[in-house]
Amino acid sequence: MSDDVIHSGSASALVLDIRGLQVATQSSPAKPILKGIDFAIAPGETLCLVGESGSGKSVTSLAVMGLLPKGSLKATGGRIELEGDSLLEVSSTRLRDLRASRMAMIFQEPMTALNPLMRVGEQIEEVLIMHQKGLSSAQRRERVLEMLDQVQLPDIERVFDSWPHQLSGGQRQRIMIAMALILEPKLLIADEPTTALDVTTQKQILKLIKALQERHGTSVLFITHDMGVVADIADRVCVMRHGEVVETQPIEELLRRPRTDYTRQLLTAVPSLRPRAARAVTDREIVLEAIELEKRYGERSAWARWTGKATSQTLAASDIDFALTRGRTLGIVGESGSGKSTVARCVMRMIEPTGGGVRVMGKDIASLGRAALKPHRKRIQMIFQDPFRSLNPRLKIATSLVEGPVNYGTSREEALAKAAELLALVGLPKDALDRYPHQFSGGQRQRIAIARALAMEPDVLVADEAVSALDVSVQAQVLELLDDLQRRLGIAVLFITHDLRVAAQICDEVMVMQKGVVVEYGPAERVLGSPEHSYTRSLMLAAPGRHWDFSEFRPLDRVFEETSTATSTAIIYQ
Amino acid sequence: MFSYCLRRTLAAVPVMVVVALFVFLLLRLSPGDPAAIIAGDMATPEQLDRIRETLGLNQPIYIQFFHWSGELLRGDFGTSLMSNLPVTQLMAQRLEPTVSLALLSIALSVVVAVPMGVIAAWKHGSLIDNAIMSLSVLGFSVPVFVTGYILIKIFAIDLGWLPVQGFKRISQDGFGPFIQHAILPALMLSTIYIALIARMTRASMLDVLGEDYIRTAHAKGASEKRVLFKHALRNAGVPILEVIGTGFALMITGVVVTESVFNIPGLGRLTVDAILSRDYPVIQGLILVTSGVYVLINLAIDLSYALLDPRIRYQ
Repeated sequence: MSDDVIHSGSASALVLDIRGLQVATQSSPAKPILKGIDFAIAPGETLCLVGESGSGKSVTSLAVMGLLPKGSLKATGGRIELEGDSLLEVSSTRLRDLRASRMAMIFQEPMTALNPLMRVGEQIEEVLIMHQKGLSSAQRRERVLEMLDQVQLPDIERVFDSWPHQLSGGQRQRIMIAMALILEPKLLIADEPTTALDVTTQKQILKLIKALQERHGTSVLFITHDMGVVADIADRVCVMRHGEVVETQPIEELLRRPRTDYTRQLLTAVPSLRPRAARAVTDREIVLEAIELEKRYGERSAWARWTGKATSQTLAASDIDFALTRGRTLGIVGESGSGKSTVARCVMRMIEPTGGGVRVMGKDIASLGRAALKPHRKRIQMIFQDPFRSLNPRLKIATSLVEGPVNYGTSREEALAKAAELLALVGLPKDALDRYPHQFSGGQRQRIAIARALAMEPDVLVADEAVSALDVSVQAQVLELLDDLQRRLGIAVLFITHDLRVAAQICDEVMVMQKGVVVEYGPAERVLGSPEHSYTRSLMLAAPGRHWDFSEFRPLDRVFEETSTATSTAIIYQ
Repeated sequence: MFSYCLRRTLAAVPVMVVVALFVFLLLRLSPGDPAAIIAGDMATPEQLDRIRETLGLNQPIYIQFFHWSGELLRGDFGTSLMSNLPVTQLMAQRLEPTVSLALLSIALSVVVAVPMGVIAAWKHGSLIDNAIMSLSVLGFSVPVFVTGYILIKIFAIDLGWLPVQGFKRISQDGFGPFIQHAILPALMLSTIYIALIARMTRASMLDVLGEDYIRTAHAKGASEKRVLFKHALRNAGVPILEVIGTGFALMITGVVVTESVFNIPGLGRLTVDAILSRDYPVIQGLILVTSGVYVLINLAIDLSYALLDPRIRYQ
């Protein structure tokens, strides 16, 4: 509705107007990727493009910038109008002139989006060199420094001369934003700009984009898969699926009264931030226990000793104590660098702990040698983050599934029979055994990875960000599967995640880590419902869309808010 | 940066020591008695003994080694058994033709191959790309002496533009005559390196062109030329430098055929002559010098990585 209003109302005032855009692969036969999409953005407006992987949202943004990968994708129909310039028809020189000056883009991965061999200041300056030829080098430097100041980087003179690898992910994304906005473009395209960042950093970056948007009157096309982010920043939302626009609505309308089943599904799949109650304790047997576990990195190298340089040891995890009982799920949450994955790897004995103990079924495995460790390995199995890389692409699913049990002496026939059963258990057809990983979707692969872990009949499953790479609807299914398996098999799960929503839905107990230490540990309901530690509170406050109950299509009546005691601590983490 | 350079440089020292030991043992332990060769078939045992004594061949092997290394450190590589000239003098005469030829060839290879590789990567999958890649396969597969004689036939005999054989030194005859004599051998030497470097440049560029920061550069509105040369080529540089460096080192030792075809008095021919006549001191000197060149080139490559990439510099 509103989309139509904008179209008919003041078409000339639109910043971006896309009509019937079609993009197809250049293979033969050509496969359509975008099947005629329409949307428009008014001045100063934020339009969120949401959809799951494969919906075509990133292709849309690349088509606007004229950056579709040459030789593989091509716009085959429709129009893209940017303030009167028809982007699909203009010359490549004109298109180059428009980039950065009228439309600019920031990308998902700030770690790789900057040229590692150029100082960041020079990379921003390059925009001026190309588009404002009249400026002297002193004037350019002046402009870049001013922009660095606007994106709130500290010590701007030093940042100007820094190399990308010397900056954090959040700082690099600020550099990208400075680069994008230095010429005050009318349109900023942000393609999942905060997906790779920690929640607290994400919050700051979103705030920064908003502030700069207001200051410069920029329109923003914001691409994301995260409904929480959408709820926080969008004016209007355009939902995409399989290369088509499903619906476009103002944010409030969309969240309250989604018009299509697909949007309804998407919203329902968003896990609630409100923690579920812990399950009743049925079994008190402790299957996994960490006692004052510690991992230090960085030995004194011969060179350091010889030159007398101070050692740079890092305490990746220290004083970690927890106990996991049969059939329960313990979540370890924290931001990058908090040490949560280190703990998982120590528990798995993929790396050697430098102190403390790890007990699996009561037996300390922290210091066992390779041979002594072998019988205990099968008791604890792992599921990894990226299902596209955790299965050997050259092995049939059957081979992957039987390898573990055969290593532990099961006959091949028996292991194969078991593998077929397991596939049924994780909801995959039996013929999957004879297929290869590339024939499955991400969600299916993660099911296979779970089956592979279960084939060893472990007592403990360690899931390291096991659903983070999956779309929300698939994520919901995999979480459900884990829950179901746990109920049937009584397996205990150590669930490592950065996503508080996921943690709230799956964990009985939660342990919050920061900089290698545990800051809060207790029942999920208490830790995530009424956090005591300031860090946990700041994490909860940074969670996007925390005021909205997506599956109920209404705002939450009770929202965790900054209290007077929390304000002082919140500042620390800003 | 300084500590990185210092570490790299110090790491080269033990390598050279091991090479020296290896060179020494390899030749002493191989069959064949140099004294017998020098003296000829008609020598009496007394004559042999006298020769062994003057050369130090009858002393225990470790004494020979220490003696020999001491001399090396003083810059004395010994005296040729055949010509009775100091080895250093022999090698010095031959060094200039070989090194100047190798430098010219590698410069030629880089100037031709790098743009070829960049263009092939830029126009990936196009006719130009296919043409460049086919040419490079040809460059690999045609033996150097074939290219050499074809070049001589066309440019020296049929067209008469260039001399058929011989060599002029820059130090004695100036740059003009040098180029006139060296350009054909350099062309012949560089075919295979042009092929190699062009392929490596293309592969490395293709990798880099898929990187996110290249997309960023395009999004900034940078021109194709700027993206290719300012952003991509430098990032693709490390593997390309590696090939150029190894290529140069191989060239120093691999010029035997070229020097024979064009009758150039270089290190390659000296090596062949020394091996055929079991001229131990000369062989040892040659191996040491070429190994030294290898080590120096590797050091230069390592140090240039640091210049190229700040992440290595600040390690």
